[in-house]
Amino acid sequence: MGGRKKTLMGMAALMLLTAPTGAQSWAADGPDTVELGSLANHYSAVTFDHAMHVGVAASCAECHHHTTGLAPTDPNCVRCHEAGAQAQSVACKDCHSDKRFSAEDLEKTGGNPQLYHKGKPGLKGAYHQKCLGCHTTMGGPTGCQDCHTRNDQGDAFFHSGKYAPAPKASGGHGGGH
Amino acid sequence: MKKLHRRSFLKGGLVGGAAIAAVGTSKHAEAAGSFGGYPDSMGVLVDLTKCVGCRTCEAACNKEQGLPAPDKSFDDPSVFEEKREGGLPRRTTEKAYTVVQKYDVPGREHPLFRKVQCNHCNEPACLTSCFVNAYKKTPEGAVMYDPTVCVGCRTCMVACPFYIPAYSYSSAINPVVKKCIMCYDTRLKFGKPPACVEACPQEVMTFGKRKDLLKLAHQRISEKPDAYVDHVYGENEVGGTAWMYLSDVPFDKIGYDTHLGDQPIISYVKEFLAIVPMVLTIWPALFTGFHLLSNRKDGLKNEDNKS
Ligand code: SF4
Ligand code: SF4
Ligand code: SF4
Repeated sequence: MGGRKKTLMGMAALMLLTAPTGAQSWAADGPDTVELGSLANHYSAVTFDHAMHVGVAASCAECHHHTTGLAPTDPNCVRCHEAGAQAQSVACKDCHSDKRFSAEDLEKTGGNPQLYHKGKPGLKGAYHQKCLGCHTTMGGPTGCQDCHTRNDQGDAFFHSGKYAPAPKASGGHGGGH
Repeated sequence: MKKLHRRSFLKGGLVGGAAIAAVGTSKHAEAAGSFGGYPDSMGVLVDLTKCVGCRTCEAACNKEQGLPAPDKSFDDPSVFEEKREGGLPRRTTEKAYTVVQKYDVPGREHPLFRKVQCNHCNEPACLTSCFVNAYKKTPEGAVMYDPTVCVGCRTCMVACPFYIPAYSYSSAINPVVKKCIMCYDTRLKFGKPPACVEACPQEVMTFGKRKDLLKLAHQRISEKPDAYVDHVYGENEVGGTAWMYLSDVPFDKIGYDTHLGDQPIISYVKEFLAIVPMVLTIWPALFTGFHLLSNRKDGLKNEDNKS
């Protein structure tokens, strides 16, 4: 009983948090910039220039799929999501989980026989697949540090910058020439 | 000079010893072939079409597994040009449980990158070939190795169809084999995805129950038949593996062995390895056994004839 009550209360709280964003004027125009901080442990947050990309993209659906009420550009999506109603939220993070592969996420996706989009990427995957996919075909920047400023923790993680290994005198074994 | 491939060597061993193997061990092979892995074991689906070769997975593995500092930075792309003997790309070592390889595929606009690590076979050849049982397949799917019982014979290295276990020469007194453990003790055991899976910016790897991943893999292929070859590598290879792959380039063009067959390697290795000590140690006893066996059979026949 108590557990169920908690869940209901949690859901109500969640709705309170998410409902207002759905009602905002996304359709008319998006935000100018969006802070993307999901890799904050190795890189400083990226300020995404939304306004600039609106000018470059052929349609909002290029990135937002069917959520803006426009016909999606992927013929696979059109099979179910024809142009129609605008979704409650068009923000990436409201559909693409930032806790991908957590126990809850696996239960929600793998454990749900009704769900079609079982392989929906998490937030980080969604960003990178969209950004790099388009940048590759359109000739945009594709190097990690073209968009991300790496921090000291990131340098240590990649054994780069001041953490770079000292160059070996000879080739060393295993590496080859 | 023709180089002897280590797998052909094993198969050769089987043919050579087939006469003896047929006597006692063929039952093992049948039993193994029908196991098919733990029903709820976890796996990883690697979509090679999405990999950009950033090597974040290698850095994540190094950190998670507490491996020694690499020879070159993890953001140094020059490693892709490193070649082993025979022009082969770099492979896993005792200092790197996973490596990303680069393939320039004719006709493909961009190079293809391929992450290599232990595939955590349903019926691992490393495990079945080890005569001190240093390996274990956990119900979660990871193939683990116990250095405390390993005697350093390196049979597992020869048996692995994917050339994964690496030998650490750093300690001559306590030599150990090193390989990817699917982050079992720090992550998998607690239901968390491996470090490399979580770190990958492109979400090249999908973590989940192996049986769910298989459905997902086939769904991806059927949704985009032009984007993938119709093959999930690891679905059936050597009896199935926990790590499976999708690609837009035929697997044999990017370094995957497509001639391994669907039978677990146990089917040949176990027999081959069982023969070696048997031949050396109990050869006389074996012949006595044959003799007794045929006498007994004759005896039974006589009984039959009587009734
Ligand atoms: S982190 Fe992901 S995209 Fe980068 S090399 Fe590894 S598998 Fe490929
Ligand atoms: S890939 Fe090789 S080392 Fe890994 S489980 Fe299979 S046989 Fe063992
Ligand atoms: S699963 Fe863990 S041990 Fe294996 S390659 Fe990935 S990070 Fe390394």
